[in-house]
Amino acid sequence: MSTSKEIEVKVGLKSPIVMGSIGLLTLVFLGLLGRDGMVAFEISRRTDSLQLPTLDIDSSLLGVLSGLAMFALAAFSLSRAIKNLKTPIWVSIVFGAVGVTALLGWLAAEKSVPIAFIAGTALVLAVPIILGAMAGIMSERVGITNIAIEGQLLTGAFMAAVVSSITDNFLFGVIAAMVTSAFLSMILAIFSIKFLAQQIIVGVVLNVLVIGVTNFLYQQWLTEDAQNVNFPGTMDIIKIPVLSDIPLLGPVFFENRITVFLAILIVPTIWFILFKTRLGLRARAVGEHPLAADTVGINVGRTRFWWVTIGGSIAGLGGAALTIGNAGAFGREMSGGFGFIALAVVILGRWNPIYASLAALLFGFSIILRVWANQVSPGIPTDFITMVPYVVTIIAVVGFVGKSRPPKALAVPYVKG
Amino acid sequence: MKLELRGITKRFGAVTANEDIDLVIEPGEIHALLGENGAGKSTLMNVLYGLYTADEGHIEIDGVRQNFSGPGDAMAAGIGMVHQHFMLIPVFTVAENVALGHEPTKAFGVIDLAQAKKQVLEISERFGFNIDPDALIEDLPVGAQQRVEIIKALSRDAKILVLDEPTAVLTPQETDELMEIMRQLAKSGTSIVFITHKLREVKAVADRITVIRLGKVVGSAKPDAETSELASLMVGREVMLTVNKKPAVLGDVVLEAEHITVLDDRSQKAVNDVSFEVRGGEILALAGVQGNGQTELAEFLLGLRKPLGSKAKVNLNGKEITNKSVREVLESGVGFIPEDRQSDGLVSEFTIAENLMLNSSYKSRFTKGLNINFAARKRIAKELVEQFDVRTPSAETVANKLSGGNQQKVVVARELSREVSLLIASQPTRGVDVGSIEFIHEQIIAARDAGKAVILISSELDEVLALADRIAVMYRGKIVGIVEPNTSREDLGKLMAGVTA
Amino acid sequence: MSEINKADNTMPQVMREIFSGGLVRTVISVLLGFLVGALFMIGSNKEFIESLGYILARPGDAIGAAFAVVNDGYGALFRGAIYNADAETFEKAIRPLTETLRLGAPLIAAGLGIGLTFRVGLFNIGGTGQLIFGMIFATFVATRLELPFVLHMVVALIAGIVGAALLGAFVGFLKATTGAHEVILTIMFNYIALYFFTFLMRDPALLQESRASGNPKADPAAETALLPKLLGDNYSLHWGLIFALLAVVVFWWLMERSTIGYRLRMVGFNPDAARAAGINVEKTYILAMALSAGFVGVAAANQTLGTAIGVTPSSHANIGFDAITVALLGGSSGPGILLAGLLFGAFKAGAPSMQVIGVSPEVLGIVQGAIVLFIAAPPLIRALFRLPKPQTTNALESFRKRVFTRGGGSK
Repeated sequence: MSTSKEIEVKVGLKSPIVMGSIGLLTLVFLGLLGRDGMVAFEISRRTDSLQLPTLDIDSSLLGVLSGLAMFALAAFSLSRAIKNLKTPIWVSIVFGAVGVTALLGWLAAEKSVPIAFIAGTALVLAVPIILGAMAGIMSERVGITNIAIEGQLLTGAFMAAVVSSITDNFLFGVIAAMVTSAFLSMILAIFSIKFLAQQIIVGVVLNVLVIGVTNFLYQQWLTEDAQNVNFPGTMDIIKIPVLSDIPLLGPVFFENRITVFLAILIVPTIWFILFKTRLGLRARAVGEHPLAADTVGINVGRTRFWWVTIGGSIAGLGGAALTIGNAGAFGREMSGGFGFIALAVVILGRWNPIYASLAALLFGFSIILRVWANQVSPGIPTDFITMVPYVVTIIAVVGFVGKSRPPKALAVPYVKG
Repeated sequence: MKLELRGITKRFGAVTANEDIDLVIEPGEIHALLGENGAGKSTLMNVLYGLYTADEGHIEIDGVRQNFSGPGDAMAAGIGMVHQHFMLIPVFTVAENVALGHEPTKAFGVIDLAQAKKQVLEISERFGFNIDPDALIEDLPVGAQQRVEIIKALSRDAKILVLDEPTAVLTPQETDELMEIMRQLAKSGTSIVFITHKLREVKAVADRITVIRLGKVVGSAKPDAETSELASLMVGREVMLTVNKKPAVLGDVVLEAEHITVLDDRSQKAVNDVSFEVRGGEILALAGVQGNGQTELAEFLLGLRKPLGSKAKVNLNGKEITNKSVREVLESGVGFIPEDRQSDGLVSEFTIAENLMLNSSYKSRFTKGLNINFAARKRIAKELVEQFDVRTPSAETVANKLSGGNQQKVVVARELSREVSLLIASQPTRGVDVGSIEFIHEQIIAARDAGKAVILISSELDEVLALADRIAVMYRGKIVGIVEPNTSREDLGKLMAGVTA
Repeated sequence: MSEINKADNTMPQVMREIFSGGLVRTVISVLLGFLVGALFMIGSNKEFIESLGYILARPGDAIGAAFAVVNDGYGALFRGAIYNADAETFEKAIRPLTETLRLGAPLIAAGLGIGLTFRVGLFNIGGTGQLIFGMIFATFVATRLELPFVLHMVVALIAGIVGAALLGAFVGFLKATTGAHEVILTIMFNYIALYFFTFLMRDPALLQESRASGNPKADPAAETALLPKLLGDNYSLHWGLIFALLAVVVFWWLMERSTIGYRLRMVGFNPDAARAAGINVEKTYILAMALSAGFVGVAAANQTLGTAIGVTPSSHANIGFDAITVALLGGSSGPGILLAGLLFGAFKAGAPSMQVIGVSPEVLGIVQGAIVLFIAAPPLIRALFRLPKPQTTNALESFRKRVFTRGGGSK
């Protein structure tokens, strides 16, 4: 007897209510009760050849304006809801951007906001999360829960650092990171597809295992012989001619390490494959309804295996971005929960590579904002800023802001009759 | 294209789902495969479609022996199948679903959606399906989804189309439309295998009828055969069951149900304004071909489903239980034997003793404060195992080690050993061996003789005739007649097919 | 295979149950885990690697080196976690064992919590967050209230349990009402709890240490709230062990003897049948999450009240995650979790003495991971060692089997 309550889906008023309340909070706390003083938004970096004037605005005025803008978006969402239409995702994106701006202005009262620096750092910090999320999307789209992103990132970080150090060649490091991480993902795939093990448990266990192995090798080997095996440094920053001279966009997007460029290329590529090609159509079919895919001659097991594995290699690249793309060496458990954030990002981004990347940027911002806020306004409880993306994720999964719908066959093993 | 199945046998462990089945489908004919749920029709078609491999026998197409190792082979040979549970991906568009598996592509494997849409439109227009290739499957009504399945099969050049219980999910109007489509397809040369248990439809559309029961072909007929003849062929049983039964001694009214309307999982009215009453000491059978609302009615009485509207009213021994929780209903004196004991009646990992206290875990003879009263449970379990003739090494044996009949005896023992004034028994002998059937029937009669009210839901005509004191026949969510148990099979068959006098 | 089959017919019922119930599988997994750890120790050993250079000439050297490093490593583990035969006095020689008990206690308590959810067919990945919530409540009572000895400790312990249980119940409530998956919810709450705790420890008006240096840190627990030492001041072992053992007893009673546990198991095995038997499945999920977190709360109290140093954001010591491996290894049963918790407690206790002899104790993390990896895929171990197919031992396995038999499983 089926007890699933398939009630007719109605677009509720949850979205506008949540947006309205956040707007009200912004209006009151960042606006009316906000901090006085002018904020200068620096569009150009001081080193840029082309210097644009700063945008100056009163901090509390910005709070009020942002709050009103949020109200406007909430009102739009309400008007859609009344017509039983869903709130389009761009509304959420704009809403998030307005929120981040208001927060920046509030933090930097009487100071200036180096937009390019903050946005650029947020992007660099977001790259491992973005690539981890791609691994999550690729594996969950074919129906395999991937809790092991953390382990995949850590594996990639470790291999990239060690192999780059030993061979003195970043390319080998990147390849080693991707291949090893792919092997790790094969364990997840085989355990899930062939041994029908609990996917969530296998993921958790793989994380434990990778943390164990990397910690051991780090302690036993990397710290003993750091000069030779854990001293890769970071890859060079590449400036793309002309494009990198564009104000704001140039420094943020076109003056980066190769890992960032790769991420910027990989995201739309995966989106394209997933939604425009035969491969993607079949993969999504396997994740939604494996039996239906099987009846039209698609090999469910093989599809799942390769998507999980290739996804893992992309997470490996994300790990490489942590070491040779940012920190310059491997550190104990340096993925520090990015894998779990990636998991949240997959859901926030509704299993869509583009949206997930934007959600990853939200996390990137929250990390850099915390650091930066301590500098411009010491004494602000930055822990709450860090908390925001996690709270947003919970609000999303309990269905307040648009219903996120996972692939239907997620975590369900497929066995032929 | 002529399709022949020769001596197909398919076993699952000890169970033989198909036994030595021969079937010939002529080109362009609509061939109905008629049989009760669980008769083995779907298994047979899954063998034909390459999802299962037959243990014996083989398939021939135009006299050539076939070897299907998967659905891909069957499709390539020109067999298309519309499964009972649609093989459609709800979040894909019509065109994507139709194209899946043989997608037209441009460079770099990019799907040529325009081409896919064109194909859908072409077939859709040829048969007047009126399907928008850009629509998402989940937004389409069930009838349209089914037409997408047909397009899917035809787009792969199917010469033989198997429709597995296609009308089970359709409204009457959609059913009529489907039958029109079937006639059209047959006219254009496609053979159709129409699997169903609904007599009216078979008579309306089939060219030939093969009846399957318990995995065997039991007869074939022309569509002009009598409905009642088909019905008894379909639900009859070789072993005539005789149950010794004294005349009923009627007590007070135990259950009064008025204006019951219940929705099913698809939000269709499964039970439509039904009223009835049951007295102590009588067995009221809810007869009818399965899928006419009996299941939903039983689930409603137990509290698993909520009624639609405010007119519904159920009284048990004079006290209202209409919107009570399952626990309250059970504790107010209702015993329930669910139709699917594996999923709803037992916890197969629990021991017999544990299963016997399944719905008495709050405050009962099995408990002592917050503790399970292990001594009492052991004693009671031992008694019940003996009393209900459960064949098992001990009462501590895990339920999934028992045969179906013994499992069912555990369920019956649990429900009849509680203080109940009403017993709802849903398909109590389905999948049960003959010896256990007899025993379970005796127990139900004994409960009735002890003054309990019994609602027996069964699609087995023999069972209904053997046990019932009154027979209420359900058809499309309504009780179309309440008759005496001496009514002839023919008349019952007619009622079950919705023909009222 | 044939031997097993023969044994099947002659072995007494009890033995069969043990064999198929997974005990053998568990032991094999543990041994394999130690083997994997040994391989890592050997592979990273300098003498061994050097001896590989002339392995054909003198293979004995390589074997000797390999044996020596494993012997040294696991020998140090034994000395550090069980019994130190080199110590001057017996009192000192058994101190390692008391350390194992001390460090195992919170793992046992938290492991019980995670194991409980496994029995109900849920995944609680949120041990860390629940532990932290328990610590917040326990820290508040232990540092901000003044109560007499014993009563103070008991109130702080209960506060820890309640704090954790509240978060658990909230997750259960969100799952029951919105259908959100508990895995995502609990992971997110891990972070939220951590940042919230850090925030509290930054503000002197809330939980920050009175002589604050700016780093997030709480006052040490009041003396009246500290868990008393169990074996005198020579040993750090404290009453946390007693509470962990009590938790095992309560868990065993709850899951095996009580009607509450009976219903929890019923829902875990077959929610549909539970529903038809009058159980409110949604409420059961809330209850299960609250009870689960309550056990984790015992570990929280242990972390807060077991040491005279104030707690910091890292005082959760990753127990919430380790508890998952404890529950898996312990097969979600009370006695199993007790043993598994002690094993992993021994790993923590033995780490320093491995460090001393130059074997990185991090190898124990590998052992731990490998053990549970083997535990996670019963068919793998069964295939490798040709064990008989087990009876279902837990709800997750049963869930898998039901999905298995239903095929595609997409309703």
